[in-house]
Amino acid sequence: MARRLRREWLPLGLFLALALVPVLAPLGPQSFILSLMTRIVVVALAALSLDLLIGKGGLVSFGHAACLGIGAYAVGILSAEGVTDGGAHLAVAIAAAAFFALATGAVAMRTDGVHFIMITLAFGQMLYFLATALSAYGGDDGITLPGRSTVLGRDVLASDTVLYLAALGALLAAYLLLRRIAASRFGRVLEGARDNPVRMEAIGFRPFRFRLAAYLISAMIAAVAGVLLANQTGFVSPATMAWQRSGELIFIVVLGGLGSLHGAILGAIAFILAEELLSHWSEHWRIVFGPLLILAVLFARGGLAGLLTKGARP
Amino acid sequence: MTALLRVEGLSKSYGALRVTDGLSLSVEPGELHAVIGPNGAGKTTLIHQISGMTPPDAGRILFAGEDVTGRSMAGRALAGLARSFQITSILPRFSALQNVALAVQARSGSSFRFLSPVDGEAALTGPARDLLARFGLAERAEMPAGALSHGEKRQLELAIALATAPKLLLLDEPLAGTSHAESARIVEILRGLTGSVAILLVEHDMEAVFALADRVSVLVYGRVIATGAPEAIRSNPEVRAAYLGEEAA
Repeated sequence: MARRLRREWLPLGLFLALALVPVLAPLGPQSFILSLMTRIVVVALAALSLDLLIGKGGLVSFGHAACLGIGAYAVGILSAEGVTDGGAHLAVAIAAAAFFALATGAVAMRTDGVHFIMITLAFGQMLYFLATALSAYGGDDGITLPGRSTVLGRDVLASDTVLYLAALGALLAAYLLLRRIAASRFGRVLEGARDNPVRMEAIGFRPFRFRLAAYLISAMIAAVAGVLLANQTGFVSPATMAWQRSGELIFIVVLGGLGSLHGAILGAIAFILAEELLSHWSEHWRIVFGPLLILAVLFARGGLAGLLTKGARP
Repeated sequence: MTALLRVEGLSKSYGALRVTDGLSLSVEPGELHAVIGPNGAGKTTLIHQISGMTPPDAGRILFAGEDVTGRSMAGRALAGLARSFQITSILPRFSALQNVALAVQARSGSSFRFLSPVDGEAALTGPARDLLARFGLAERAEMPAGALSHGEKRQLELAIALATAPKLLLLDEPLAGTSHAESARIVEILRGLTGSVAILLVEHDMEAVFALADRVSVLVYGRVIATGAPEAIRSNPEVRAAYLGEEAA
């Protein structure tokens, strides 16, 4: 038990700290803190889903923001059409992301390495340009939501605290689910195919099917993050699925520590807090931010999670 | 008795170089059939084609009565065709036990199971531990496979191949780079398999080949120049000129 605690202190501590946010937020500028932290949790959820692909599957998807965008647009388009029910938003978002993942994954999973990166980027950009062309829903400018998603006809998510807790609940559920998946038969095959696909075929596994399933799971989770993101910003635009967003997500996963799952959460916290702090400090914050990120990747092998748990390996 | 594996008129060229040149051979059930030949004779390319890693240009591969020429490597593995690689191919980050258990998993039920922990499946780890013990690797079970010695990795790779419960094992120089004690152990294990599992063995260690093989085929420039019992091969003048003579010189 003590050993287990020593090994798991980082994810436990992370979720404990995140759970304390609503309690501590009233001590400062409450709505600012809650909105910032909700953004962090939502981005962490998207990064977590990407870690299943990159960290566990070795599949560097450069189009992951597209799934985030699908979730956000599910809220935007349905709300604009008068459907405000959050359940409907989630269902449509997940179904649309699943369809997108199967259609593009069936092609993308036949490639590997740089080609896989490029083809996922291309699919992501296709969706981006499709969104800019949706003139009925704001086109380039996007759409402002009339309000947040409702739950059983009630607008409980109108409270920032409730929205934050909903996002945190989704993050915790996804984290626990992905941990189980990683330790399952399926997860073992996915990791084996990452390390040595030829060996896997030689013992009778076809990596394609397992990778496609991981892509599907990952896309559906990212779509949930997209639904939450739209609710947090109150606004949906093509910028959500721009390739720069996909790049940020990859960066967060690498920064936090590939394949550890909780590393993606840590990476999201570090990335967004650093961005927030530096942008208050100077308008040229990117000049500092860039080198900081490079240093972090160069010197923290295993990411921030690896840095913090050094020596605590079982 | 019908052959377990029958290769008919197999050909493969890389540019102008004919690596496999109308090659035919067969492996009977339970037989250990060794393939020897000088470097560049096309032995590894032959294993690649039989296992499904490299498609042949022409010819047929029949396994257990079925034409598997067009089948994927994974499909052939599930049909009972396992292989080892000349350059050790394992999963270095997985423990030795996980490496073998994964191969057991390939033939026992669906791997599209997402929620129950695989390390807790006794049906996978039990047979995997037995296999590791057979290779003297029981104490290494929990070690990352990448941290094993070279010889231990060779043995682990054999354990992985056996864990798929194959009908035919394709072994590409399993003794390469192993210590004397390790290769003695591997030879002993291969001897224990004869009769139950058929083996197509590519090997440079002539002592082991002649001690183990039921039949030997000699491959030169992508063709089989002779097939027969070890004694007949040893005294075949054509073989001596093409291959064994080289070693003596």
